[in-house]
Amino acid sequence: MQITGEQTFTPLITAFCCNWCSYAGADLAGTSRLAYPAEVRIIKVPCSCRINPLFVLRAFQKGADGVIICGCHPGDCHYIMGNYYARRRMTLLFSLLDFMGIERGRTHLEWVSAAEGAKFAATMSGFAENIHKLGKNRRLEDLRCKSS
Amino acid sequence: MKRVGVFVCHCGTNIAAAVDVGEVVDKARLERGVVFSAEYPYMCSEAGQTMIANAVKEHNLTGVVVSACSPRMHEVTFRKAAAKIGLNPYMLEMANIREQCSWIHKDKDDATKKAVSLTSAAVAKVHLNTPLFAGESPVTKRALVIGGGIAGISVALDVADAGYDVDIVESTPGIGGRMAQLDKTFPTLDCSACILTPKMVDAATHDNITLHTYSEVESVEGFVGDFTVTIRKKARSVDMKKCTGCGACYDKCPAKKAPSEFEEGLSNRKAIYIPFAQAVPNVPVIDREQCIKFKTGKCGLCETVCAPGAIDFEQQDELVTQKYGAVIVATGFRPIELGKFGEYAPESKDVLTSLEFERITNAAGPTKGALVRLSDGRKPKSITFIQCVGSRDTTPRGKAYCSKICCMYTAKHAMLVKDKYPDIDVNVYYIDVRSPGKNFDEFYRRAAEEYGVNYIKGQVGKVVDMGDHLVLQAADMLDNRQITARTDMIVLATAIEPLKSTKPIASMLTASIDTNGFMTEAHPKLKPVESPTAGVFLAGACHGPKDIPETVAQAGAAAAKVLGLLSKSKLTTNPCVAAADELACNGCSACESVCPYGAIGYEDRQINDHGVRGNQRLAAVNTALCQGCGACAVTCPSGAMDLLGFSNRQILAEVDALCR
Ligand SMILES: Cc1cc2nc3c(=O)[nH]c(=O)nc-3n(C[C@H](O)[C@H](O)[C@H](O)COP(=O)(O)OP(=O)(O)OC[C@H]3O[C@@H](n4cnc5c(N)ncnc54)[C@H](O)[C@@H]3O)c2cc1C
Ligand code: SF4
Ligand code: SF4
Repeated sequence: MQITGEQTFTPLITAFCCNWCSYAGADLAGTSRLAYPAEVRIIKVPCSCRINPLFVLRAFQKGADGVIICGCHPGDCHYIMGNYYARRRMTLLFSLLDFMGIERGRTHLEWVSAAEGAKFAATMSGFAENIHKLGKNRRLEDLRCKSS
Repeated sequence: MKRVGVFVCHCGTNIAAAVDVGEVVDKARLERGVVFSAEYPYMCSEAGQTMIANAVKEHNLTGVVVSACSPRMHEVTFRKAAAKIGLNPYMLEMANIREQCSWIHKDKDDATKKAVSLTSAAVAKVHLNTPLFAGESPVTKRALVIGGGIAGISVALDVADAGYDVDIVESTPGIGGRMAQLDKTFPTLDCSACILTPKMVDAATHDNITLHTYSEVESVEGFVGDFTVTIRKKARSVDMKKCTGCGACYDKCPAKKAPSEFEEGLSNRKAIYIPFAQAVPNVPVIDREQCIKFKTGKCGLCETVCAPGAIDFEQQDELVTQKYGAVIVATGFRPIELGKFGEYAPESKDVLTSLEFERITNAAGPTKGALVRLSDGRKPKSITFIQCVGSRDTTPRGKAYCSKICCMYTAKHAMLVKDKYPDIDVNVYYIDVRSPGKNFDEFYRRAAEEYGVNYIKGQVGKVVDMGDHLVLQAADMLDNRQITARTDMIVLATAIEPLKSTKPIASMLTASIDTNGFMTEAHPKLKPVESPTAGVFLAGACHGPKDIPETVAQAGAAAAKVLGLLSKSKLTTNPCVAAADELACNGCSACESVCPYGAIGYEDRQINDHGVRGNQRLAAVNTALCQGCGACAVTCPSGAMDLLGFSNRQILAEVDALCR
């Protein structure tokens, strides 16, 4: 872990994974014992197109330092075209967030298939490393939301 | 407030070695609404499940969280266990603390903290869970096949043999499709009619099969298991019940100038006709545009010669409405039109498409099988085949895809010529020879090596009809030289495309077509014979270029899927479907436009908005069609649409818990 200032910085990373490809990819990373940082916390959704931009905003508001979204590869969506919807929505959302001061490195969209356990682990490690470099997200965090 | 129980699994040492399970159990107890928490070495075992069951009863639990392996592994197990003790299965959630935690995190503190966090997210979610119930919908045990080519016939026979009723709707007067037009078939060179005709007869005489020839699908309503289809049976002007198929009518008919569709326009047919001699059904049709009686009111010769009195000039189109459980699209293909390919001189009588060539070599065809130039009746000394005409052509006039069947049928044509007339000089111009099927490469090599067919890698740039012969210009890509050659007959391996009528069929069924107009499969690897619309299946060349073996294989696969559907007495539907809040929905149609399955419709309903009653156009999700992707829920600008089991509030609660 990296030291920023005097404190140890443990980031909060929220990962949204679609049930059919990327969540299965995460399972495969697990079965293959491929480590990635423990600060990555996964939420399962049926499809990447289920991810409401609101969910991403809420995560940042609640203090997440990075949000990553994973879906099936283009052409492989279980629901035919859900990942295309997700790609459009997230492209727009991520640039809007960038405009609001949430750096590009804090948001990411990645295609991970059910067979890509190694890619899942590598993606998560790379993303976490980026967040470590960027440090704490203070831009959207709503301090009133913090319970403790 | 729910009474939640949390059950943490050791999974032997799989979890317990890396996660402090006791700590997870203790921390869970501190979560809102958690009234019980416990651990067990193997939660999924009989004893583990009993433990959950007992705790549910003893502590009156209304929500359960199992922190264990991936839900992809055991969610079904635990939900079944919950159902057994009377808890709605959807009141149970899992936290994945094995694949996502103990197996990958070495540091026990980190892993334990994460396990606690994942468990708290599952608890937060379960508080918002509502009981969900799988819906049921009926299954009509009857299938509709659209298209009576070899694909449609094969599906129909397979489904009918299994004991279900099948209707075939065929737009032309008879079944058989393109295969009926072929002479011999690769890679075995057996005669097409000899293998197809018995199948056509089987279909026509099968107790469970009803043929609607000269018919079209007029409208489709409903959904998987419960389609209502209206079929337009076009007026044949001949009573099918009375006709004996004697043929006196078309023998006598004086209107003989209509180009025969079956002969690709190479010869003419009468105004009253059967498409070809072995046609099934063997009942003629009057082409009202050609018929003198219909044009001038005179004639009626056929009526006078028809002994059983089957001719009926007054006959009207008939509409038949029928319910079906499954629909199979098998509308086939056609060769593209060559109007924009002027460099090949397609207007010349001695330049043929491959399908026309099939008719010329066919003993029952317009030349009785004699290989002659159609311009002057001479036997050609040299024949040139040109492959990839319009295929693999990325310009707007062509097709970017490979038509797949042309390499093989060209080799077949070349061999058929050499077989009958070894003295004819046969040249084939090709870009690549693609022969990946079973016994295909051997077949092509036989043409090139044993039969002495001259294969030239190169594209033809120009064809000129010189009257008594043709001249072509080409580039030989292997020898890097220009060729100017004389030949007597040219055969164009014309690209194939889906029929124009495929698109309206697809939209009636809310199935989709790709950029080339072919029907799209639900998944390119895992659902190759299903369309994206539940209950609609695909077979044959309407889905992409295919030869007969592939067509029949796909037809068999589609039949298996159809049987799987029809053998069910009821369909249970996925309960995690979308639903719109009637007070928030304003009927804007945004959701409908994103749904990949056409599951959303609109209805006018009376709503009661806090005492104010009014009629409102509202989104209504068809739960039999909704697959639960959630695209609509995110699109809805009013926040009216939500996805059961993965609602906005549930996911936000998980986010909140994980970001604590
Ligand atoms: C020149 C040539 C040579 C060939 N040689 C061979 C060969 O040697 N070996 C081989 O394996 N394959 C060969 N093929 C390929 C073969 O023809 C196809 O694989 C086969 O015909 C595909 O069958 P199908 O039932 O999918 O389509 P089709 O044969 O096209 O049948 C479709 C049927 O559906 C009907 N239809 C269409 N639209 C509608 C509608 N809206 N409503 C109702 N009915 C409709 C059509 O009238 C037709 O009867 C050849 C093809 C060509 C062009
Ligand atoms: S959840 Fe998906 S499949 Fe269901 S209605 Fe909404 S968009 Fe259609
Ligand atoms: S998008 Fe929302 S408001 Fe619009 S019709 Fe669908 S449910 Fe109603």
